[in-house]
Amino acid sequence: MSDHQEAVVHQVHRDDVGARMGMWLFLFTEVLLFGGMFLVYAVYRYQYPDQFHFAAMELNTTLGTLNTIILLTSSLTVALSIAALQRGNKFLSLVFLSATLLFALMFMIIKYFEWTTKISHGIYPGSPELLAKPNGQILFFGLYYIMTGLHGLHVLVGMVVISFMIVFISRDKVTPDNYVKLENSGLYWHLVDLIWIFLFPLFYLIQ
Amino acid sequence: MSGNNKHHSSYGTYIIVWIALIAFTSITVTIAGVNLGRYTLFIALAIAAIKSTLVINIFMHIKFDEPIFKAFLGISGATLFIIFLLTFFDYLYR
Amino acid sequence: MANDIAVKNFYQQSTNKHTGILSWLLTKDHKRIGLMYMMAIMTFFIVGILIGVLMRLELISPGRTIMGAQTYNTLFTLHGVIMIFLFIIPGLPAIFGNFFLPIQIGAADVVFPRLNLLSWYIYMIGAALVLISLFLPGGPIDTGWTFYIPYSVRSTTNVSMALFAAFVLGFSSILTGINFITTVHRLRAPGMGFFKMPLFVWATYATAWIQIIATPVIAITILLVIIERAFGVGIFDPALGGDPILFQHMFWIYSHPAVYIMILPAMGVVSEIIPTFSRRTIFGYKQIAYSSLAIAFIGYLVWAHHMFSSGMSDTARWIFSLLTFIVALPSGVKIFNWVATMYKGSIDPQPPFLWVMNFIFLFSIGGLTGLVLGSLATDIHLTDTYFVVAHFHYVMFGGTGTIFFAALHYWFPKMFGRMYNMKLARIAVVLYFIGFNMLYFPKFIMGYMGMPRRYYDYLPQFTPYQRISTIGSWILVGTIFFIFGYLIHALLKGKKATSNPWGGVTLEWHIPSPPPLENFETIPTVTHEPYDFSQLKEMKNE
Repeated sequence: MSDHQEAVVHQVHRDDVGARMGMWLFLFTEVLLFGGMFLVYAVYRYQYPDQFHFAAMELNTTLGTLNTIILLTSSLTVALSIAALQRGNKFLSLVFLSATLLFALMFMIIKYFEWTTKISHGIYPGSPELLAKPNGQILFFGLYYIMTGLHGLHVLVGMVVISFMIVFISRDKVTPDNYVKLENSGLYWHLVDLIWIFLFPLFYLIQ
Repeated sequence: MSGNNKHHSSYGTYIIVWIALIAFTSITVTIAGVNLGRYTLFIALAIAAIKSTLVINIFMHIKFDEPIFKAFLGISGATLFIIFLLTFFDYLYR
Repeated sequence: MANDIAVKNFYQQSTNKHTGILSWLLTKDHKRIGLMYMMAIMTFFIVGILIGVLMRLELISPGRTIMGAQTYNTLFTLHGVIMIFLFIIPGLPAIFGNFFLPIQIGAADVVFPRLNLLSWYIYMIGAALVLISLFLPGGPIDTGWTFYIPYSVRSTTNVSMALFAAFVLGFSSILTGINFITTVHRLRAPGMGFFKMPLFVWATYATAWIQIIATPVIAITILLVIIERAFGVGIFDPALGGDPILFQHMFWIYSHPAVYIMILPAMGVVSEIIPTFSRRTIFGYKQIAYSSLAIAFIGYLVWAHHMFSSGMSDTARWIFSLLTFIVALPSGVKIFNWVATMYKGSIDPQPPFLWVMNFIFLFSIGGLTGLVLGSLATDIHLTDTYFVVAHFHYVMFGGTGTIFFAALHYWFPKMFGRMYNMKLARIAVVLYFIGFNMLYFPKFIMGYMGMPRRYYDYLPQFTPYQRISTIGSWILVGTIFFIFGYLIHALLKGKKATSNPWGGVTLEWHIPSPPPLENFETIPTVTHEPYDFSQLKEMKNE
């Protein structure tokens, strides 16, 4: 066996369906990740229905609704961005993508204000105010922070991914003939929206 | 083999779906103020499920993709559902 | 491919322009990645074994022998963490799945080669984090590999770092699963429909589904424990309204399917070896294929059989007991079909076949004792005793571990282009059987007599059984080192292997040993059934 090695460069075989399949499979892992958290939520809501109701009154339904609308609209803009690129309109695609990023930022800013307001009212894990409340409420807020926190982390990651897509499209690395990366980024972003579609009524609309 | 989807939804389709999503959102917020007793959670989740169906089918394009994608989604969803079901056999009967 | 010498093999060709170690560390070749996994996984396997030897040494006599109780607790925790997360779960899929799945479906590589390399790096990072957790202030984790609440939150050892390592390792598993499913769907050679795929591919495919769907649940469970340690949220704390049993549910929702990640690929290997050495097509191909899917699916439905004495509802207990009995059925289908394959076959008792014989005996004992544990009334007496320890070692080690050696002996000539010493291999099979049973069978008896698991000390009546067990550990571990010895010798000095030393007919036996970089000169068009031995005549002319 000789130790001389040859490099063999073979044509990179392109498979968009395969790329999308891989992405969907990854999304299922996210569904199960959040699914586990929703399971915890379900168990404790079943065990503490009244306390969940009281605790939910502390959340600002207006801000929650606003955030829901923002995220739904960002899903629209990312879909429009792909549609634009499919029709060869690179500029429009970038406009829609930038709008998506803007909406994501707005979401995070509102979230930031929600969290800091709560924290300034003394409601955060381990705080004396929170620990003085009934157990069901303690669990509600624990779940609130963990689930919206994990979701927020995913929004941030999504913002990074979308930023990369903006760069790639600008530099013609993602083009009207080769845009599966953008499609996959869109899929990820829609998942982030989907999770919020469930988080919203479960935390903000328990009246 | 490049296999870009032959089907491209129109801008209009996406906007209509978006309008529907906003509409369902306002329904779910309004209904939250009404006392529906035991059905509150069920209705809220049903509306969320309808919104999800729109997002998954149109925005995420699964309606127009190869059927295997729907099969995969079905498998994952069914598994998650069963996990919930079996866990609640514990909590419902304690 | 008649002339093996003229064709360059994948050691001599690289996917990149580097040479030496960089050509490995930056490779996109699934075969090299499989071997890199092998190096790492074997290293951790040996570490895990040595920890086991130390544990057995401590247990050779009651009272303190060579270590204190705290050390013993960390050792059994690490033994579990290393064996489960660093050896058995990745083991067969990452090594043999990576190496052979593309070849067996007639592909040049997986769909996402760079993701494949990333999986390996993530594995190595996870392993490094486990090692780091041993040395940080607080000391190595001592909660048991199951890290149950509340102790995992209260323990002052490095629980968070060790758990984070497991979290990272989970990603490696997930990425491998994504790669394999997509590859099976997108890269099968022309003519290879789903029902022409080898059963090892079916098994690896079913395993990949479990990797994708179950692993995220342990990921979130781990995150919750880490968050609990850091912030005291109360999710599992009864004082704050939480339920410790919910932790157990979430833990086992992953960890039960995980054992099917461990056993399904092993059963896939058995389905490869038995036809080859019976020179007969597999009996009931479709049933075995479907049974892999059935095991994968039903495996999600039985997790709470680990929780019968935890305090969950009676309704849950009998439902999970019933489901546990049901999951044994598809495994039974496989065993019957394997035996039927051998009946009236032309048996060639080469070492891989002998390893499979070991497997059938040891795994059957493990499986049957699982029924004892799955039955509520008997489980109450035997749970958390040595009986459970014996059961899972028979299925995991006697099952998957044995097949690890079987796969190694079967595919060694293909991977390395060398043959090993058959006589030594046969001796090893027998010694392994003796050592294994000496080590683990007494544990069934001790468990039945009431010896609890994870105990550092024990009452004098257990001493004779503990001694036999410890001596068994020396024989077994000695045999394992013996095996590595003659295999390494074969690597360096073994006779060159032909492309088909065993007379197999799946696609890997149609190409040279070791394979060329892109596996096939041209992607084959598949016309034969997967275990059609009439191909052997044609193959002699290849």
